[in-house]
Amino acid sequence: MREPALIRMLPDGRRLHLHDGPIDLIIEADGPPQAISTAYEAAARRFVPILDELCCELPLLRSPALKNSERPRGLIARRMFAAVEPYCEDCFITPMASVAGSVAEEILQSMVGAAPLDRAYVNNGGDIALHLANNRIYKIGMVERPDCPSLFGSLTITAADQVRGIATSGWRGRSFSLGIADAVTVLADSAPAADAAATVIASAVNLPDHPGIKRVPAREISPDSDLGDLLVTRGVEQLAQFDIDAALENGFRVATRLRGRGLIHSAALCLQKRVRVLPPSHALAANLGTDRFLKRVVCTLDGSSGPSAPEIPAELELIGRTNPHA
Amino acid sequence: MPDVFPPDTVRCDACPVLCYIKRGHAGACDRYANVEGQLVRVDPHILLDRAKSQGTPLVPFLEREGDWDGKILKGQETFVTAIGAGTTYPDYKPAPFIVSSEVEGVDMVTVVTEGIFSYCGVKLKIDTDRHLGPERNLVRAQGEPVGHVTTAEYGSQMLSLGGVHHLTGGSKSEGRVTCETLLDLCNGKEVELTIDEGASVRVAAGKPPVVNGQREERMRVGCGSATIGMFAKQWFGKVDDVVVVDDHITGVLSEHQAGKLLGVRETGIAIQGRRSTPGRYFQVAEPGTGWGGTNISDPLTILKPFKPKFAWPHLRLLMVSTTGEQFAYYELDETLRPIEKELPDTLKESVGRIRENCEPALTTVLFMGGAGGSLRAGVTENPVKLTDSVKRKLTRVTCGGAPAYIWPGGGITFMVDVTRMPENAFGYVPTPALVAPIEFTLKKGDYAVLGGHVDYVRPLADVLKEKERQRQLVSHAQNPWPLKPHAGSSES
Repeated sequence: MREPALIRMLPDGRRLHLHDGPIDLIIEADGPPQAISTAYEAAARRFVPILDELCCELPLLRSPALKNSERPRGLIARRMFAAVEPYCEDCFITPMASVAGSVAEEILQSMVGAAPLDRAYVNNGGDIALHLANNRIYKIGMVERPDCPSLFGSLTITAADQVRGIATSGWRGRSFSLGIADAVTVLADSAPAADAAATVIASAVNLPDHPGIKRVPAREISPDSDLGDLLVTRGVEQLAQFDIDAALENGFRVATRLRGRGLIHSAALCLQKRVRVLPPSHALAANLGTDRFLKRVVCTLDGSSGPSAPEIPAELELIGRTNPHA
Repeated sequence: MPDVFPPDTVRCDACPVLCYIKRGHAGACDRYANVEGQLVRVDPHILLDRAKSQGTPLVPFLEREGDWDGKILKGQETFVTAIGAGTTYPDYKPAPFIVSSEVEGVDMVTVVTEGIFSYCGVKLKIDTDRHLGPERNLVRAQGEPVGHVTTAEYGSQMLSLGGVHHLTGGSKSEGRVTCETLLDLCNGKEVELTIDEGASVRVAAGKPPVVNGQREERMRVGCGSATIGMFAKQWFGKVDDVVVVDDHITGVLSEHQAGKLLGVRETGIAIQGRRSTPGRYFQVAEPGTGWGGTNISDPLTILKPFKPKFAWPHLRLLMVSTTGEQFAYYELDETLRPIEKELPDTLKESVGRIRENCEPALTTVLFMGGAGGSLRAGVTENPVKLTDSVKRKLTRVTCGGAPAYIWPGGGITFMVDVTRMPENAFGYVPTPALVAPIEFTLKKGDYAVLGGHVDYVRPLADVLKEKERQRQLVSHAQNPWPLKPHAGSSES
């Protein structure tokens, strides 16, 4: 029996919660009160038909994106395809790799188009679309394991940064991963771009043929998975330090390439308590933002490169799976 | 799409993604799972949020096609329902949740449990004039007897399903099918029922019934005679006679008191059946699923020939059913035979109005159950005191937050409209018996007086901390807020 979409304010009275089928969005906008309510209304209106829109092209969206693939028609589906297209010659990828970020982006655009907002975010289970105007900032907390949330870092995004999308991917999340990263968090120009890149980098954090990694064909768990018979990660035993470093290095090389192609801004890769951070390239070039970026991505969990506990900012929005029941 | 699945893969239809879910796994949403081959919602414990303004949600859910005024709810108070709370069975132990909260300055206690009801059933009100079957005949699901036809009520037919005799008194498969039928009806699913020597119906709570494959759109506006009374003025002068075909009381304009008063000329029309009073006929045909609940599809079959003594060529005759869904217009030829013609525009309006005045036909499902021993013991050490407190209206009974009607007399026997409860609020045990949520809300002082398990009372805030298993819903717009303190009190 089809359940209707849920549209409600969370008990804090500030955040909007939209839920339909597998889509679960937490939204917050700042600006004049009238603008906020106009934006929330626009978000809710745009939200209601989204699941049907996506589902009518689902078989296509679950097929590998190839150079000469049939292009999807829906607005969100086109965002998805555009986000994965840069990878279609390098690796297996389907438009579904960017579905969460694309839905977040679509809702954000509907809000920004409806009212003048100072800032806003649409968080789709950890894939976040951002709007920042007038020198506003967001402080972001990063979580490596959604099943036992703790911060592995925090960072600040300002209106002057190019970053408008954040996404996290890892094998412990809701979607399947071909890699073994606990979490790869990516900052990019947009949420769809961040989502696709996080998926690709998290897959690259890997140790092919390592006996301590349990892999299962995706179809055995979820018969209609877009990953078909590809092996997805279901368990990773405690790895030796050199294995962890090797896996992170594999992901880091891919992330560096993506940054070189302008597909991402920066990334943080997390595997069994070790974190590697790829700073934005302009930071290196101008030796300007490095300091700011690195200080804010505080890598604490191995105790090697930061204070013992990250500062938890007042406006914390955790990356990772949101709790729809909160 | 894959072609071959293991036999116990289920396809979830909760949203258009339509996931295939393997046994032991969840769908893309993590909310529906395949538990031993059954599709199950896995976020079990339901809390109701009360809207800020006057306790009534402005828009509980945005309907898919419906219009929305743009307002958004603000959560404020929370009521803990029994849905997914667990039961006291088989031990006589305190209810799983005994929750205190302060409401409008009064300390309230809600005792929350899921009851296992062996004594239970549903009362079905099916809005239709079509004859579903003779009274007392068996109603069957999957061939098993699950209930019987009771009475015809105004514009509707009543069925009684379930009850302990079908659940545990018959064969094993009768009990199983009865339990399954009740469960589906209570959870809003469609069920197909056949009635011995009668119709086959597909029914679901809050949805139009489908009788012999035909969807019932509207209830009748009134009986045939009443319809004549209501529309006589609108017909006068536009048509010479009108017959409103009805299985119960067929009405005839020219003979009816309403027609006489207007001075409608006698047409000498003669109707099959038994004349009750002028212009009112019983038993014009057999009951059935045709015009106005009769078995006729050609209305002329209930007319005897027109007589030259009264009738005249070109006499205009309208025949219509009590819902306006069937109608035909005739003019008499020179030999006084009725010839069907197109309905003139001047009459279209009145036929349309009959239809407009018919309310949408629905199926109503009331769950009825009796709260027995172990359930009451979960509330108090002295179960009869709970009954007494309920009877004196000191204790409010709700099912998943929906108000329950308590039968007068002994025991706590209640009825509740399942459409006012959250979705999928019911479960079952293979005994067979239904599992239904039930909440008892009363003042804290009253709870102590009736011997309640006061040591087990926990503050609401405490319960809310257990977020893992909880799901918050907005309360149903028409339900009174279950925590609102009662007017009466025995606190002294």
